[in-house]
Amino acid sequence: MLLTEVEPSVNPLMPATYRVVARRVETDDVVTLSLEPTSGPSLLFRPGQFNMLTAFGVGEVAISISSAPGAPGPMEQTVRDVGAVTHALCTAKVGSTVGVRGPFGTDWGVDELDDSEVVIVAGGIGLAPLRGAISYLVDKPGRTGQVYVLVGSREPDQITFPDDLERWERDGAVVKVTVDNGDAHWHGAIGVVTTLLPTISFDPARTVALVCGPEIMMRFTVRGLADLGVPLGSIRVSLERNMQCGVGWCGHCQLGPLLICRDGPVFAYSEQLERLISERER
Amino acid sequence: MTENIGDLVAEHPLFSGLPTDVAELVGGCSQNVAIATGQLLLEEGEPARSLYLLRRGHVALEVHEPGRVPLVIDRIGPGQAVGWSWMFPPYRWHFDARALEPVGAISVDAECLRAKAEADPAFGYLLMKRIAAVMLDRLQATRVRLLDVYGRDVTH
Repeated sequence: MLLTEVEPSVNPLMPATYRVVARRVETDDVVTLSLEPTSGPSLLFRPGQFNMLTAFGVGEVAISISSAPGAPGPMEQTVRDVGAVTHALCTAKVGSTVGVRGPFGTDWGVDELDDSEVVIVAGGIGLAPLRGAISYLVDKPGRTGQVYVLVGSREPDQITFPDDLERWERDGAVVKVTVDNGDAHWHGAIGVVTTLLPTISFDPARTVALVCGPEIMMRFTVRGLADLGVPLGSIRVSLERNMQCGVGWCGHCQLGPLLICRDGPVFAYSEQLERLISERER
Repeated sequence: MTENIGDLVAEHPLFSGLPTDVAELVGGCSQNVAIATGQLLLEEGEPARSLYLLRRGHVALEVHEPGRVPLVIDRIGPGQAVGWSWMFPPYRWHFDARALEPVGAISVDAECLRAKAEADPAFGYLLMKRIAAVMLDRLQATRVRLLDVYGRDVTH
């Protein structure tokens, strides 16, 4: 299955209305909304892309699509409650409508990875933008490369998508989870997600890594992957900035020469990108 | 077949690749131990008398608090080592370490190891280099954990 090329809606600044058909609480501040268009076909998208979601009367925010393309059922978007707009989205009731513009931006490029080993590293809610990619890789018939899913979370009750983690493992992926702070009931690994890298055995020369999470975590993860021999160009990261228009017009999400909404959010790692996200405030 | 304790020490990652006589020196201070699930290897405030080289099973490094379940600081598994407080006075454990499952380990007698390191500075230097590398890894991992990275702004 080759993923379909997708373009945003005809007028990229005009949101379409979608109905919230289900709402699932992932953790105390993370909610997944299942969305269906109020008219017309569902959105075509690629794993890693994002939509601009509108909470009508409150505002608009960039949210990654967390379901897999072509998966049965509605499109899913996972939102962390961190401000006014995300709070309105997290508390949206089933049956209410939200606005959707998109899909925007670059994707993880998962349809190029049939023969590659894929090391996926997610920190916190960074698993959401990777979830569709992981499901696609695990479910795709004929893939030969092993999929490794490494997840780091602050505490056990902050781990998102536990059912998916179990399902991916059942379906052949190597899944490892670590937390910063355990308790007596937690028998898994403890430590930041980078500490899981030496515990998996992969061929760095034929590995592609997909990394998403806070930028500090991604920097340490890239360093850990490079130490294990993964070429920088084989590491893809997803960046976040203040996305507003979604199409590279407004410039709010500029990072050096890049506009994250248009040139990203998924980037192949490079020394230039390293410099951009490591720039010190002066 | 009885396994030679020096060979077991040489196989452990903390000492692998070192000259055979070094492993034999450590082996001379060592014994094989089995620890049952739930049993404490280290107990906060108690004398620190051993370095444990884990061969099987996992150990939780814990801090206990009255009326609460213990806070787990770290989880240590096969190929790793636990217990560093034997190196410096006052030689008392700072944390508890509890077996999460049946644990097989090499218990190295701390007083014996310190005496050999003092008597043979070359051995002591090799020993300290290996231990310092592990402690540096743990220190860096702890510092990154202190950043609380997952609580910060994240993608979308």
